[in-house]
Amino acid sequence: MILPGILASGISGHLGGNYTSIATVNASGSSNTVNFSSIPNTYTHLQIRGSMIGASGGSILVAVFNGDTGANYTWHELDGNGSGIAAYSGTGNNYARFYGRNVGTSATYPTASIVDILDYTNTNKNKVLRSLAGMDANGSGEVAFASSAWLNTSAINSIVVKTHDGTNFATGTQFALYGVK
Amino acid sequence: MASAPTYTPIATQTLATGASSVTFSSIPQTYTDLVLVTQEYTTGTPTAYGISVQFNGDTGSNYSNTLVSGNGSSAASSRATNKIGAWIGYESYSANWTNIVTNIQNYSNSTTYKTLITRSSVASNYVAAGTSLWRNTGAISSITVLSTDFGSASTPFVAGSTFTLYGITAA
Repeated sequence: MILPGILASGISGHLGGNYTSIATVNASGSSNTVNFSSIPNTYTHLQIRGSMIGASGGSILVAVFNGDTGANYTWHELDGNGSGIAAYSGTGNNYARFYGRNVGTSATYPTASIVDILDYTNTNKNKVLRSLAGMDANGSGEVAFASSAWLNTSAINSIVVKTHDGTNFATGTQFALYGVK
Repeated sequence: MASAPTYTPIATQTLATGASSVTFSSIPQTYTDLVLVTQEYTTGTPTAYGISVQFNGDTGSNYSNTLVSGNGSSAASSRATNKIGAWIGYESYSANWTNIVTNIQNYSNSTTYKTLITRSSVASNYVAAGTSLWRNTGAISSITVLSTDFGSASTPFVAGSTFTLYGITAA
């Protein structure tokens, strides 16, 4: 089985039975959080696909697992902004980092993101994710890779995705959670 | 939580002979996202260094991109504005297959411009990731893959190149 999305260098066959839509949240415009709870433990991997817009401001996109807001997350990120590249990292953070810059700062220039969370039910491993996200606005924008670790061996049963600075997700923003067998 | 199988192949094209473009038309509007998976290289010496897509036959200067890449010795980020195609990956030739996976989110909405995120690689040359924008709020009903990012497809994809379009439906 080849994991779809950003992990796939090639895909063959029909994936329909092995890639399942679990839940979708459409932002109401009045909240900076999206909550996926009671995640089934019947898949091997999870994928979150996002399309984000915002009325104003901007923030990094982060997540917490199983409600853990302790200093139990680490991350690395590589960004390109059209003229230069930069690398960042963090340790002892209270969030996993999905995307580092200016999520959904415009109603017309969406930010797209894909996050893969591997082996999320395994109780012998800390959990790792990796993401690809980007937004281009014809003269500005950024593309970024990131990887985060949650230093906890528990199976993931809930994920809260949120903007770090509290900027609300605008109406039209959507996050969809998928399970991969 | 409700769940439903998805990630459905919409169409696959394998080139029997060289071609400068490949088009997926009459794309159903019933999915949430599209995923375009291609493996190809081009003939001759490229005059351009990108592979691009055009949506709904739009050949205007309505596309732009931001990308980051590494070639084994250095890394760089670049940007292009007011292009006539949306960059999805670098071109390759001389039998070095290029692998590209391009995700087009929320392609059927008629409110926002369309953003794609893409990764491409040629093992012997580079890896790259990028994001491209189509400044049009129309739902995407056709995609043309071009063997250049200039819009003048002068270096055709070789026979055996494959192009597959998938649809993903959110619950």
